Amino acid sequence: MAYTEEELKKELETKEYEYGFYTDIDSDTFPKGLSEEIVIAISKKKEEPEWMTLWRLEAFKHWKEMVEPEWANVNYTKPDFQAISYYSAPNKKPKYDSLDEVDPELLDTFKKLGISVDEQKKLAGVAVDIVMDSVSVATTFKKTLAEKGIIFCSISEAIKEHSELVKKYIGSVVPQKDNFYAALNSAVFSDGSFCYIPKGVRCPMELSTYFRINQAGTGQFERTLVIADEGSYVSYLEGCTAPSRDENQLHAAVVELIALDDAEIKYSTVQNWFPGNKEGNGGVYNFVTKRGLCEKNAKISWTQVETGSAVTWKYPSCILKGDNSIGEFYSIAVTNNYQQADTGTKMIHLGKNTRSTIISKGISAGKSQNSYRGLVQVNSRAENARNFSQCDSLLMGNECGAHTFPYIEVKNKTAQIEHEATTSKIGEDQIFYCNQRGINTEKAIALIVNGFSKEVLNKLPMEFAVEAQKLLEISLEGSVG
Amino acid sequence: MDLKDKLISSFMAFENNVDIEHPVHDVRTEAMKNFERKGFPSKKEEAWKYTSLNSLQKIDFSIFPREENTLEYKNVKKYFLHEVDSYKIVFVDGIYSSYLSETTHDGVDICLMSAALTKPMYRPVIDVYFNKVASKDESLTSLNTAFSREGAYIYIPKNKMPKKPIEIIHFATGNEASLLLQPRNLVIAEENAEVQIIERHQSLTSNEVLTNSVTEIFAAKSAIVDYYKIQNDAPSASLIDNTYIDQKDKSVVKVHTFSFGGKLTRNNLNFYQNGEYIDSTMKGVTILGDKQHVDHHTLVHHIEPNCESHQDYKGIYGDNSTGVFNGKIIVDKIAQKTNAFQQNNNILVSDKATINTKPQLEIFADDVKCSHGCTIGQLDEDALFYLQSRGIPKKEARALLMYAFANNVLESVRIPELKTRINKLIAKKLGVNLGFDL
Repeated sequence: MAYTEEELKKELETKEYEYGFYTDIDSDTFPKGLSEEIVIAISKKKEEPEWMTLWRLEAFKHWKEMVEPEWANVNYTKPDFQAISYYSAPNKKPKYDSLDEVDPELLDTFKKLGISVDEQKKLAGVAVDIVMDSVSVATTFKKTLAEKGIIFCSISEAIKEHSELVKKYIGSVVPQKDNFYAALNSAVFSDGSFCYIPKGVRCPMELSTYFRINQAGTGQFERTLVIADEGSYVSYLEGCTAPSRDENQLHAAVVELIALDDAEIKYSTVQNWFPGNKEGNGGVYNFVTKRGLCEKNAKISWTQVETGSAVTWKYPSCILKGDNSIGEFYSIAVTNNYQQADTGTKMIHLGKNTRSTIISKGISAGKSQNSYRGLVQVNSRAENARNFSQCDSLLMGNECGAHTFPYIEVKNKTAQIEHEATTSKIGEDQIFYCNQRGINTEKAIALIVNGFSKEVLNKLPMEFAVEAQKLLEISLEGSVG
Repeated sequence: MDLKDKLISSFMAFENNVDIEHPVHDVRTEAMKNFERKGFPSKKEEAWKYTSLNSLQKIDFSIFPREENTLEYKNVKKYFLHEVDSYKIVFVDGIYSSYLSETTHDGVDICLMSAALTKPMYRPVIDVYFNKVASKDESLTSLNTAFSREGAYIYIPKNKMPKKPIEIIHFATGNEASLLLQPRNLVIAEENAEVQIIERHQSLTSNEVLTNSVTEIFAAKSAIVDYYKIQNDAPSASLIDNTYIDQKDKSVVKVHTFSFGGKLTRNNLNFYQNGEYIDSTMKGVTILGDKQHVDHHTLVHHIEPNCESHQDYKGIYGDNSTGVFNGKIIVDKIAQKTNAFQQNNNILVSDKATINTKPQLEIFADDVKCSHGCTIGQLDEDALFYLQSRGIPKKEARALLMYAFANNVLESVRIPELKTRINKLIAKKLGVNLGFDL
């Protein structure tokens, strides 16, 4: 039967969020509102040392003086920061040795998400640090990692047990007063992941964390700190899904990566927070600060697939401080219905012979707005800096928008910078060609979109690449241009 | 007293010298209110992120020149494009110089804004066009509107074309220690009309000059407008040039900007495509040295379907100079089949030079072809070596390569004498004599 455009549109519109369900787990939730007392209480609750409490308070002090940024190309009702509960953790909090002891309801949640923890443990060789709301519930494969001297735990644990490391590096890449949301996160972060790879160690498996927002009205303030010591290598995966909600949820995470001399960090993200329904109600606000610091010969590679969230505001960046360091950014951002994404990267070239690559693919459908915003900065001492940027946008339908805001600032004559951007739609002839060969329109679009984003998909680790491809299809089904 | 306060109080003095009963004066008063509210733009504003007006605001500019000055043609001949015959509208310290000018009312109107704003016969045109496309929001444009009194007025009726190109030249003699000029130009090309205009600002001394110029261009159906801006001013002169262009069906407007001189130059070039099958072209060559600062801001607003826009800006930056390019393309939802192309290439020849570029696309329609490209690099060492190995000295070889780099832009200059003139300016700026014409 012929598949008409109308039908496709209908199907797309009725496509409800697949993972929109709510797990009923008793949570230990703080009263709503933010004050110095709440910050101290969070810190106390987590049994943190005094320096950490002071650090949080300092961040809170800065935050109070800051105003919410408005430069991003997004429109939304500003969150009421006094109407958010800043701490929520699953109540039953024993540390499990095996998965069998985990709350069965929680395990059920994972099943619905399509992640079988056991299976992943066995088949994929992935250590999964599951963050259900804000506190780490299960950490697997810890032993294998420990043998290599790799520390992979929740940040609250690290604050207690590896205090020196955390103290030295936290806030070193994203200072407390870096921006409004980073300051907020610094003051109230509830949990997150911490990872340390010792000198010369190649992490034997992909490290991954699944983040979920679970408790109604709870902001999620994740803090991730990854340190790769000299000559080490780690690949870190992060993926998100969140249940349906009518009110907007705030997610303000901070991720700090530190790659010391000769180290390499690969950080991949698949983001599929609840994007709101087709009328544009609900959905997650995703205001994230992600930044990495490269020392000599180090390399940081960001790969992201952004399909979810009502509003995304995210710029994974690289500070190329050491000579010969490399920064990479590969991104696919898909927006549909009323989603808004303002995402991109910053490449700050400070050292000599530094190189950076930016590949950004934006796909907008429905009534969504998709922006690329990037900065390439070459400082006067960065001899022979090299950058290549490519931003391509694909528009589906005539009610969406694609925007590019690339900033390029160069202060060194030996720099070589190239930037190119294109905007286009899926060609009717391309679809016709596929139709002619018996591929229906929907499949054809999936095919073309996959081809369009291949450069980025290829950069994802295997397990994620499959998931990402599926996500792209789900997000765009039936969006005929 | 800072410059803003001085301007506000000068406005009252200005009102004593103009006809405040004329409807244009309401426009002026409204604009003054906007400027009072907004003041000079600061670096905190996105559009002025890379260009600071702070140091200019500290200068005690004279707002009204005290006396009329005369210049001998032989002393300033070199600033005219004297190889071809042209209509000339010349201003000395902001005041019209009838001695140096050559205006006409023969079939076309090439005359003065002051006449157009006061004489009743121009009222119908002024009512329809004056301050219609210029921004009512941007503070420096408002400042110019508030003090608008003098400038060039060019009206080309349907199916007409002036016999020769038009030159608009503003001289500053340095009689004042520091002078603020605010010329206001209006160019109207009616249906199927064609016009070529060359604009130049020239300071003759080392005294400070700040020019805040606004030009409105209206191109009706199938009209063709060629506008050339030569910015090769003295090192003490600064220019803020605001150009607003309103295009109708099938019109073609080309603006070429050649920025070689001046202390601080800011070009705000805004195209609004109010029709179909429109072609808008903006091209620029920028060659800077010393501590010069040039900021190109372009905007093309594609409002209707089936239009095209082309942008090509080349920059060569030496010494401590700073270059800024900010090109914005907006494609509205209904502007399907738009073809927008933007290219910005830069060469840095000094360690202390800076380039900030931001090619920006905002697209709301799906069936469009929009692309932008931007590069920053150096001269090709291999090409340099090749030329040297053929006996061309390094300096000339470098100049030759830079020439080639800028040549794309020069190709579309339609007045041969102007092209030669610009070639000479480029050679001079690069400090070489190539001994042949390119």
